[in-house]
Amino acid sequence: MMAIEAEDLKKRFGDVEALKGVSFKVKRGEIFGFLGPNGAGKTTTVRILTGIIKPDFGKARVNGYDVVEETLKAKESIGVLPEVSNAYPDLTAWQNIMLIASLYGMRKRDAEARANELLKEFGIYERKDAKVRGFSKGMKQRLMLCMALISDPEILFLDEPTSGLDVQSARMIREKILEIANERKTVFLTSHNMDEVNMMCDRIAIINRGKIVTIDTPERLKSRVGGSVAIEVSFGGKVELNIENAEKVGDKYVIYTTDPYKTICEVVDFARKSSAEIVSINTRTPTLEDAFLKLLEAEG
Amino acid sequence: MKCLAIAKKDIMMYYLKGPVVIFGILLPLFLFLAFWIGRDLPLNFLMAGLISMTVFFASTSVSPVIAPWEGQMRTLERLLACPVSTSTIIFGDIIASLSFGICMSFIPLLLAFCLGFTPNPVIIPAILLATFCFSCLGLLFSAYPTNLPSTVMMISSLVRFPLIFVSGIFIPVQELPAWGKVVSMISPLTYFTDIARDSFGMSPFLPIYLDFIILAGFSIGFLVLAIKLHEHALLRRL
Repeated sequence: MMAIEAEDLKKRFGDVEALKGVSFKVKRGEIFGFLGPNGAGKTTTVRILTGIIKPDFGKARVNGYDVVEETLKAKESIGVLPEVSNAYPDLTAWQNIMLIASLYGMRKRDAEARANELLKEFGIYERKDAKVRGFSKGMKQRLMLCMALISDPEILFLDEPTSGLDVQSARMIREKILEIANERKTVFLTSHNMDEVNMMCDRIAIINRGKIVTIDTPERLKSRVGGSVAIEVSFGGKVELNIENAEKVGDKYVIYTTDPYKTICEVVDFARKSSAEIVSINTRTPTLEDAFLKLLEAEG
Repeated sequence: MKCLAIAKKDIMMYYLKGPVVIFGILLPLFLFLAFWIGRDLPLNFLMAGLISMTVFFASTSVSPVIAPWEGQMRTLERLLACPVSTSTIIFGDIIASLSFGICMSFIPLLLAFCLGFTPNPVIIPAILLATFCFSCLGLLFSAYPTNLPSTVMMISSLVRFPLIFVSGIFIPVQELPAWGKVVSMISPLTYFTDIARDSFGMSPFLPIYLDFIILAGFSIGFLVLAIKLHEHALLRRL
């Protein structure tokens, strides 16, 4: 049985077709990345899978339960960290966690033991009786993750879990996500942080304009970029580099090529002829970000 | 009992919010004083009116503000992702709202005892039913999907103030002109005020059993409508 199955999901909000037939499967124990530009349909997909909204068409199953027909059962087996969400500011960290535990129908004793364990693990146990209003963004996010994990769910939906966090909190959350996956639990991760997705995910789906563009492993996605090597070159002054596949990115040009020697020679020839000073020249393998942008470009 | 967990959260979060204190506690007190000072009215008439206003304003002051505040604080999506249905959330909000109404109703009741009145015990089930009915009515005010509590309070004031004046609190229904009697029948507050008058020894406009039946009918109607409307409105607040 798959952990998550989405089959031809369609959703419309007024004139806007948010999802145009989204299908994918997520295996048990997998960290599945879900990438896409703003407005691509990520949040709508996550809201359908977490039973918050209903699709207009298509089926979705989470932990074997149909999210429309068996919404509460599906919800019982998941933990959710929504992107635009907050803990109750006038309640303490402890009260927030115990509220979620009650809504998951947990026994008080079990909930208290689990809450103590999570609060200690995430380094906010000392502040458990303080109102959330006074928490930093990192502490709030750690608390939100404690709330998502209180029921020890089989499947975890994380929407931008480390967005805007300090390095320490982001690292702590990433380490916890990897630990969860090691326990054969499934993580559905939505993020704009390509390094994070590249480092953590087993497979990645890229969504654009309500349609899945591709689903593959990070390494295979990277290898799909036109060439196998990216050459980064920056010049001393303002220069228009007329070489095939050259793209201006910030103060440098990036050229994807399958023949780095030839391309470097072309760059050096160009610099000589136009009397341009080469400040730096580097070669690197394409990143996931390169692959992501290329795939979206190809989509138009 | 997931709705009790939601009610507990509502009590801790919303009871001390400004609009709740102003519309639930201060407003009925000021209306009562404005109604009482300088007029030579029997005390039992005043007490029945004060209880009606207190129960009405207190019970309709908590339930309308919960949904817009949840939307504004961005706590709603977290709540909707939990294994609870919309009905459970609505029932939790109603419990919090009617508990506030019941607690507030003790103040005029206590005052009545201090002034030497012993109201008919029928007032107790009437308060329980009326706080439920008015809490459901309060939820209808927040069915408009805005995340601004001030907008919801404006909508609720537009409905609540006219209801106060047509429900026999300031002028008994018996003394209203024919058209006034007809208008008063569309207000659920009329029926609770009628029971309150009876419990303070005045003659009611309708038989008491009929007041209870109509109040129960309003309650069911408001509840069903509130659940239906909030099923759509909650998602539009995300």
